[in-house]
Amino acid sequence: MKLLKYIIVGFVFGIVLTKSEAVSWYRIYEMFQFQSFHMYGIIMVAIATGVIGLQIIKRIQLKNIKGEPIVVPDKENGSLRFWVGGIIFGLGWALVGSCPGPIFILLGAGFLPMLLVLFGALIGTFLYGLLKDKLIH
Amino acid sequence: MDFIFQTWSWYISGFLIAIIMLTLNFFGKTFGMSSNLQTLCTMVGADRFSDYFRINWKSNRWNLAVVLGAMLGGFVAVHFMSVPTNVSINPKTIEQLAKMGIEAPNGKLLPKALFGNAVFQSPKMIVILVIGGILIGFGSRYASGCTSGHAIAGMSNLQIQSLKAVIGFFIGGLVMSHFILPLIF
Repeated sequence: MKLLKYIIVGFVFGIVLTKSEAVSWYRIYEMFQFQSFHMYGIIMVAIATGVIGLQIIKRIQLKNIKGEPIVVPDKENGSLRFWVGGIIFGLGWALVGSCPGPIFILLGAGFLPMLLVLFGALIGTFLYGLLKDKLIH
Repeated sequence: MDFIFQTWSWYISGFLIAIIMLTLNFFGKTFGMSSNLQTLCTMVGADRFSDYFRINWKSNRWNLAVVLGAMLGGFVAVHFMSVPTNVSINPKTIEQLAKMGIEAPNGKLLPKALFGNAVFQSPKMIVILVIGGILIGFGSRYASGCTSGHAIAGMSNLQIQSLKAVIGFFIGGLVMSHFILPLIF
């Protein structure tokens, strides 16, 4: 069961995002209205912990479970794709209040209208695949 | 034990999210949810239409396992770990939402106005949810990452590209939340 450990990681992820209410449409709306620190706190603590964690991993040259050095790959080059793609994503995030992780988490929790969002997200992904070579990255 | 039923604090939650990302790094993987959308498209045959989907989806099975776990986690957290005092958002936010015809949370994660099963009978709401999904899918794949891949994993790895994407997320989100949502509701 090589996949079991990933299911467990996902399980914890689903619980944390639900119990922190990062999956809540209300929390996303409240964040974009600057009416609560909650979501900003989550994101900032996650980044701070992540930066420190990755620096420690580099310093002590921690190996992963396969015995290889842990290397987090750099993001692709380009500039426009991050700005334009980011803005398009942000529009959707604030409209339906969920990003790809929470779409699945909320579906699992039984919110069936999320199927419409997932359907849309797959169409959007498919459209990107079709237009990829015509877009500036 | 009462604390696990309450809303988890931002410092515990943020810390745990980073631990999840680091655990995946330790397993030799990179944290990111939106790449699953590409994998799912490939699995249903999108590889016939574009090179973008000509990937070996089996090599991404681990990430689909994360998704499956996340769905189970969401089920358990919503059905066994929630109390009616959850989602206590700012009263000012509730007041604003009421003006748009969106009810107060009262412990619910999602408003009925957008995610009640009645939306299946409303062509307007169906279109809104599908368009929201299209923006999320297209945007996150164009930017090659979403909140997990850029805001958490990319920023933790000090990637300037991720900073651009995250600023983009907030520009788009602020425009939607302040200017477009009031026109829709």
